[in-house]
This record gives sequence, C-alpha cells and structure tokens, in this order.
Amino acid sequence: QYLTKSVIFGTMEVKTSSNSVRFDKQRCSFIVLIMFFSLPAVNAVWPMPQLISSSTDRYPLSPRQFIFQYASGSSAKSGCSVIDSAFKRYFPLIFVDYLKKTEKHMYRTFSMQPMLNVYASIHLSFPFSVVDKLSVSSGQASLRAKTVWGALRGLESFSQLVYQDDFGQYFVNKTEIDDFPRFKFRGLLLDTSRHYLPLPAILKTLDAMSYNKFNVFHWHIVDDPSFPYQSSTFPGLSSKGAFHPSTHVYSQTDVSRVISHARLRGIRVLPEFDSPGHTQSWGKGQPGLLTSCYKGSVPSGTFGPVNPAMSSSYQFISRLFKEVASVFPDPYIHLGGDEVDFTCWKSNPEVRGFMQKMGFGTDYTKLESYYMENIINLTKTLNKTSIVWQDVFDNHEKVKETVLHIWKGSPAQIQQELSDITLAGYRVILSAPWYINHIAYGQDWTTYYNVQPLNFTGSEQQKSLVIGGEVCMWGEYVDATNLSPRLWPRASAAAERLWSDEKTTSSVTDAFPRLTDFRCRLLRRGIQAEPLFVGHCRHEYEGI
Amino acid sequence: MSTVVFKLSGASFQIVDAKESSSGASCSLLQNAYRRYFEYIFPSARKQGHVKKKTPASAVSELQVWITSADTECDGFPNVTSDESYQLSVDSPVSVLKASTVWGALRGLETFSQLVYEGEYGAKSINRTEISDFPRFAHRGVLLDTSRHFLPIKVILANLEAMAWNKFNVFHWHIVDDPSFPYLSRTFPQLSQQGAFHPYTHVYTPSDVKMIIEFARLRGIRVVPEFDTPGHTQSWGKGQKDLLTPCYSGASPSGSFGPVNPILNTTYEFMSMFFKEVSTVFPDAYIHLGGDEVDFNCWKSNPDIQKFMEQQGFGTDYSKLESLYIQRILDIVSSTNKHYLIWQEVFDNGVKLKQDTVVNVWIGNKVEEELQKVTEAGFTTILSAPWYLDYISYGQDWQKYYLAEPLGFKGTDAQKKLVVGGEACLWGEYVDATNLTPRLWPRASAVAERLWSDKDVRDLNDAYSRLAQHRCRMVQRGIPAEPLFSGYCAYEYKGV
Repeated sequence: QYLTKSVIFGTMEVKTSSNSVRFDKQRCSFIVLIMFFSLPAVNAVWPMPQLISSSTDRYPLSPRQFIFQYASGSSAKSGCSVIDSAFKRYFPLIFVDYLKKTEKHMYRTFSMQPMLNVYASIHLSFPFSVVDKLSVSSGQASLRAKTVWGALRGLESFSQLVYQDDFGQYFVNKTEIDDFPRFKFRGLLLDTSRHYLPLPAILKTLDAMSYNKFNVFHWHIVDDPSFPYQSSTFPGLSSKGAFHPSTHVYSQTDVSRVISHARLRGIRVLPEFDSPGHTQSWGKGQPGLLTSCYKGSVPSGTFGPVNPAMSSSYQFISRLFKEVASVFPDPYIHLGGDEVDFTCWKSNPEVRGFMQKMGFGTDYTKLESYYMENIINLTKTLNKTSIVWQDVFDNHEKVKETVLHIWKGSPAQIQQELSDITLAGYRVILSAPWYINHIAYGQDWTTYYNVQPLNFTGSEQQKSLVIGGEVCMWGEYVDATNLSPRLWPRASAAAERLWSDEKTTSSVTDAFPRLTDFRCRLLRRGIQAEPLFVGHCRHEYEGI
Repeated sequence: MSTVVFKLSGASFQIVDAKESSSGASCSLLQNAYRRYFEYIFPSARKQGHVKKKTPASAVSELQVWITSADTECDGFPNVTSDESYQLSVDSPVSVLKASTVWGALRGLETFSQLVYEGEYGAKSINRTEISDFPRFAHRGVLLDTSRHFLPIKVILANLEAMAWNKFNVFHWHIVDDPSFPYLSRTFPQLSQQGAFHPYTHVYTPSDVKMIIEFARLRGIRVVPEFDTPGHTQSWGKGQKDLLTPCYSGASPSGSFGPVNPILNTTYEFMSMFFKEVSTVFPDAYIHLGGDEVDFNCWKSNPDIQKFMEQQGFGTDYSKLESLYIQRILDIVSSTNKHYLIWQEVFDNGVKLKQDTVVNVWIGNKVEEELQKVTEAGFTTILSAPWYLDYISYGQDWQKYYLAEPLGFKGTDAQKKLVVGGEACLWGEYVDATNLTPRLWPRASAVAERLWSDKDVRDLNDAYSRLAQHRCRMVQRGIPAEPLFSGYCAYEYKGV
C-alpha cells in the first residue's frame, strides 16, 4: 500500500504578512495518552508530540507517486508562500535518497508496483488551537491546522514519521497525532558580535531550528566586540564598528534574507540591540554616544556605557530603533539592559552633575532605570514591545509592559527570580539553564533536558506568565567552525522540554535512544550534529 | 627576522631543487610538497598562468630546496631517528632551504609558507629571515580513535594535513577497541565483518589503510597503529570465536565476555597470524600494543582460568597472568621485527618488559612520579597524560596544554633523554566527523609547540597572538579550527 497524498485542510488563517506569534496567555489542558510500540522509528518524532498513537500497520510511500496537496476545504490554497515552499522543502526531507542519481533506478522499479490507497490523517493545530488531532489510517494522509504555522509543525512531524527499511523503501506507520507546544516562545540565541557568523551558518541554523520546532531566533546582533548590522540610517556604525566593513557585516539584503528564511519556517526573528552596556563597538561609529571615562579630572581615553545624561543619546537611539522597528517585522525588540558597569559613569563629571540634577544621589541604579525607562517608552511609541534581561527588574526599575528574560543564577536563585518576576505580573522567558556555550565533558544534554521551567513557588496565574525559554549560544568561543556541532543535538534537548509535555518526557533514559535517532536524522539532512555517545549513524557526516 | 620586506609574485615565484641538492625531479615527495606549498602561499593563483617574468629587485623569485645528505630518504618512511632539522635563509631574489633529508625540507617548507603574509594592497610579502630549526622531541603525535566512532577517510586525511601544518610527525591510530573493529584484516576478514559498526560503510580496507599511510608519509608523518589487548577487545570477540574469556556467573557462563583469554594456545596462534599481517601492512618500526585497563573480574570468575592460575603458581595475583599474556604478545611482535609501545599499566603492573619497550604515560595523576619511575627503570617514554583533548571545558584550555612541561620531573639528564616525546589524544566517546576537527584544532597546536619548540618558549600572551593567527591560517587553508576567543579572521570558515 502506498501513501500517495498528504492533504492539508481545515480552517487555515493564512498570515503571510508577518511571522508574528502572539504571546497569548491561553493555556491548553489535554489528557495526554502516549502509546509506545516497540517498532523503531514509530516514536521517532522529536520533540515528542503531546499525543501520539501509532499502530504496527505500516504503509509504503513511493517518492514517484507521493504528492502534497491542499485539501479542498482548506483556507490556505496554492499560492500560499509558506506552504508552497514547505511542500518543496519537505519532499526531499522525506525522501532523503530520492535526488541521488545512483538510487533513482531503485524507485523506477518500485513505481512499477500498483498504486494503493492509504489514508493517513494528521490533524494538527498550532499555535492558537483548541482542538489538536492527528491520525494515520488507510487512505491518504491529511494534516489539519488552524494556521500555516501549525501546518509547518505538522509537516515536520510527518517527515519524521517516515523511515526507510534495509532496502531503502520508505514507510510510515498508521499514526494519530494531536499536537501543540507547551510554551509559545521557544527560542535560540546566536551571537554575531563576538564572532561574525556568515549568512549560510545562520540559515543552516534556522533549518535545524525548524526540525526541532523552535520558533524564535533571538539575534544578538551587536555587542562590545563588533557591530555587524549595517544600518541605513547610521552606516558609520558598521563601517567603523564591524570587524571588517565589507566582509563582516549584515547588509539590509542579508537581514531580509534571514527574516524571510525564518518566516518560511515559522520562526520569528527577534533582534537584540543591547544597551546601555555592551556597546563598545557602537562608540566607534557614533562619537559622543558612549560615556567618556575619567581618570581623576581628565578623560582616560576609554569609554563606558551609553551616556545617559545626554539628550543626543536618546535622539540617536530613537532614530536607530525607528529603523530597527521597520526592518524587523516582529512586534518585539530585545533591549538588553544587562551588566551595566557603573564605574565609568561614576568617574564622569557630567554624569555626576546629571545625577545631582535628577536627585538620584549616588544610586546609579536610578540612572540606569532612567535610561531603560526612556528607551522602553521610546520602543513603545514604535508600536513594539520590549524584552529586557532580568537585571532591569533586579535593579527595581519601573518596567512596564516588558517581558523579562532570566539569564543567570543558581537553580535556587532562578526559581526565586521566576517567583518574584511573575508575582510582580511580568511575563518571563527563561534562559539561565540553557547557556549551551558552556561546554563540559560528557552527556551534558541531560542537564538541559531535566530542567523544569515551571518548578517554582507561585500560583497557576504566575506560571502562565512563563511564556517560554531560550537556548543561548554566546559567541566568545564559537564561530562558523564549531557552531553546528556545539548546538546540535544539545539544543534539541531544550527543544523537547519547551514543546512537549513534561510528564511524558521526564526520563533521560527514554529520551536517549530517541535523541540518538534524531541526531542521525539531523546528520542525514546535512546538519552537523555531534554524537551523544559511542556508536554510529547509517550515514555519517561526510564533511571535515 | 629583519624589517626588510620582499614581495612574492604568484606569477613568477617558484619552489625548485637547488643545483647542489641530492634530490631531484624523481623525488615525488618533494615535488608534491612544492606544489602543495605553492598553493598554500598563493591560494588564488591556481588558475592563473605561471609566466616567468623578470622580477623586481625587492622580490623573492625562488625558494631553492637543498637536500645535503646523499641519502635523501625520499622514498623511505620517516622514523623516530629521522633528521627533521633545516636551515632557512629568506633573501632576494633567492631564498634557500637547506636540510639533510626530505623530512627536514618538509618542515622548512611549512615554516617558509607561514612566513609569507598579506601586505598592504594584498601583496604577498615576506621579511628577510634566517632560521635554524630542529624539534625538541622526536615523537610528536596525535591519537585518533576510530573505534568508538568511525571516522571517514576524508576526515583522517584532512587531519593529517593539519598535523603537518603543526609539525606533528606521528599519527597514533587507535584503530580498534571495544565498540567496533573497523580494520579489515585480510587474514581474518570476519573481524570487521562481524565487529565493525557496518561491514562495508564503516571499515578501513587494505587500500584505505595504504592510502592513509602514503598520505602521511608524503607529509613526514609516521602511522603507528594500536591494537590494544588483552582488554578493550569486545569487538574482536564478535568475529573470532573463543578469543575472549567467557565470564561466569557462579558455576555457569554468564553469556558475557571479558579480556582476551590468556590460557589458550589458540589465542597465541591467532595473535601470531594477526600481528604478522599488521607488521606487513604498517611499515612503521613500532606497533602500539595497548595493555591498558585490564579488568580482572571476568578472569577471576572463569574456572578454567582459576585452574590455570593454580597450575602456574600465581596464587590470586592476576597481574601475573596479565604479565604472562603481555610477554607472549611482546615475543610474538618482536619476532616480526617490530618494536612496540605499551600503555603505562603494563609497566606499573610489573610485567617484565624488554629494554626497547616504549612506555606511554597516560594516567592524569602523579604524572611526574610515573615519568621518574619509568625512566629510572631505563625505559623510553612518551607522554600523553596532560594532553587528553577529548576532555573539554569552557574557556581557553589550550593554555593548560601549552604550559605542560614534559621534562618537569626529577631525574638525571640521562633519564630526561628517555622522554622522546608526547601525544595529543582525542578519544572518541563524544567525537566523530561532525566535531573532531574543531575540537582538535587549534588546541592540539598548543601541544605541537610544546613538543617542537624550546622549553623556554612559554609566554602565553605571545603564544596567544601567534596561535590566533595560526588558527586563521588553518581556517584559510580549509580546516575548521575553532576560535581561541572573541575576534575574527580575514577569511572566515565558509562551510556550515
């Protein structure tokens, strides 16, 4: 029996103008039934779907006959860019050998066999769904989702259900999946300032993210070491502040390519322009922006954070953010706000004068608050919502309508921080347990897997404010040479924690063989994912 | 090095044999090296025509390579006594590289290529320089483990290439171990047929092995194979029945197996035939015989072995049984006219060793004591303990590898002379083709400098800037060597 069609139908709200996913507080509660079968590959979907049931009945798939098709009732129709390109993308992901010359002959043989009807239905909705169902039975496969974004997740799941036997024949088991993410915000941070990441490295990461159902690319685009963002308003920022003004920059074309590549994969691009600290590279192209540090009564020649005492600073930020707000379609902007060193501010007589004028005394956190409050307001006037690092909350600043991002602390401190922030009514994103740039010998993926994001003291209401988590790959020791194997499959552990139900995915022992298989699948798709432990993949990585 | 700068032009520069050289066009090792190094120096010149033009006065138009010894060793294999020294004089219009053998010439070519830099306007430039160079240690190795994960040939070759850029001269090929047996033996093909991860896609055929050995030879690198016994042999058992000791649970076999069974004649018959093959396949004078981490529990559980222990009068001292096994293996390998290396436990356990045995020190604590003991007993030794590069940690751990001093132990000059070198080990539990190269480089480069350069070359700041440059050079030459810290290379890695 051949599975020949995967039809998408259902009520699709096609949103092609932007890839925004709202942070709504709606939480879905489902009875989760997971049936395990001893067949390989059947539970191969990573991250684990909320509900999956599959049988041992399996259907062969012929790459010569298989087609994707919009269901007649579907609100998304041919011409929908997200789905059209997903069909094109997923065909070779499902039939991994099909495009290889040497193996074409094999399928010619198979295509001589009669076509058989297989019905498989995958009802899938995401992310605003209430009803989520998946089923595979004889006939044809169908995928139901409310939006194109859900359809993308469903196609990914479907592609992972397909496996090859020893003869290279493709099969899919009779399966039903109801699926939706546990958290709305499932992010991955790349740092393109400490090392420049060439565009192909970013695009490849976005591909791998979609295989893991990540949906936010947090682009920590600039920082102290370099300013690779080529601003059309302030071209001096990258021409002076990038490692190299032409080879180590992201042009507007590059940025829009990243955004559209991400959008087609259901991934938001959240830019971070971190200030007032972490801005050394900004100073090179924008004289007067940073605080001049003093040694005694004379400038030392070094610079500190953005100068919060000058109105020109806010004028500059305002113009820069106006550009950023139009370049990046996401309704959120990450404003950073972490690790502000007060030493330089303290040394500067102008800043001290400003402190006095404002009545801040010697409390420099008030000055920091003043700065952050200004740029948060400024961001709001651009119709964007701010995300800031936890420091902004910790320093008791008035942060209205922002999302807080937790990045530091011991497990106990993190729990406390989650309690405090949610008690104060803020939405929060958790990154602290997922700093995967910190490497260690052995299977550290288990630590990322075992994180319990909602394990803190707080009401149901508080817990609903945890909108998700984010894996951070800071760039001190990472560039294109080692990014991929360091990310994958370690980030995949966090992906499952953020997507799947915690109760059904609490065992590292159960996860190990699934993640091992998934890692080989990533390899097969050309993602340079490193091994979990001793062993092999049928198709090893062929690069160096 | 002087401040006088010469230019090099891709259109006219050439590397040639000096008239006085004992080597000529028939030495393909050097001719290949000339071409290779020309391409490193002029990566974009490959497609341009090479026209002999009149070169300006301030240019280097020729590097003459002068092999002084009557026996150039061009067609031979490098060995532990190979002369790798060279003298390099960079001048205009002609630079001269003088070495007694091809091995020194290879090292000198590498050095010359590293002296070339991109001056203003992209012109290839080189400063007037005089170099007299030789290695501090004769054995400078990298261990790769192809048993815990299979490494495709391409990955091994790429890393041999990178080894040459770092003047490493030994590829310690930990080819088989518990998890898999990828070595395709002509004599015992079932070893890989049954013991490899896959009998066709995850094996090294005789021609693969030959290719690797020749590729290494052309770069002055020895290939020292390791066939570790009697422990670490689970994969051997799959294709060779009765080789491993059946473990017992009480009075009956448990179904699991332990180390090689040391009490059966068939074991030694097998090993004789096997090592006879290995000794012909691998031309190097040394074979690594392993001998580490032998777990006695299985031997203890086996009634036949218990009986044998009694007969031999070993009591309950199983290290005596290990000794007996190892000595027989050493005899077998000796009879093939090979020397051997063994891991330190064999020495530690008091196995009687022949005086020409090389002891490989790998256990991380009490390293200096161990070196002291081994050399006091008069054995040649190789140090691996400080350089287990598979142990990763956050930050700049290259510094720790860089500062490790192999001769820091208490001992006489004669004892110190017995330390012939060291090895960077990249064990394969968590390493395969996906992450091997960036994990090895440039961390192994820190080891390379410790083993090649004078012991007083140990300034971390100076090393940092040179190493950062060296890693960019490796990246430009196509090896994904990872960064030391925040920063950039003019030519970033283009792969993904």
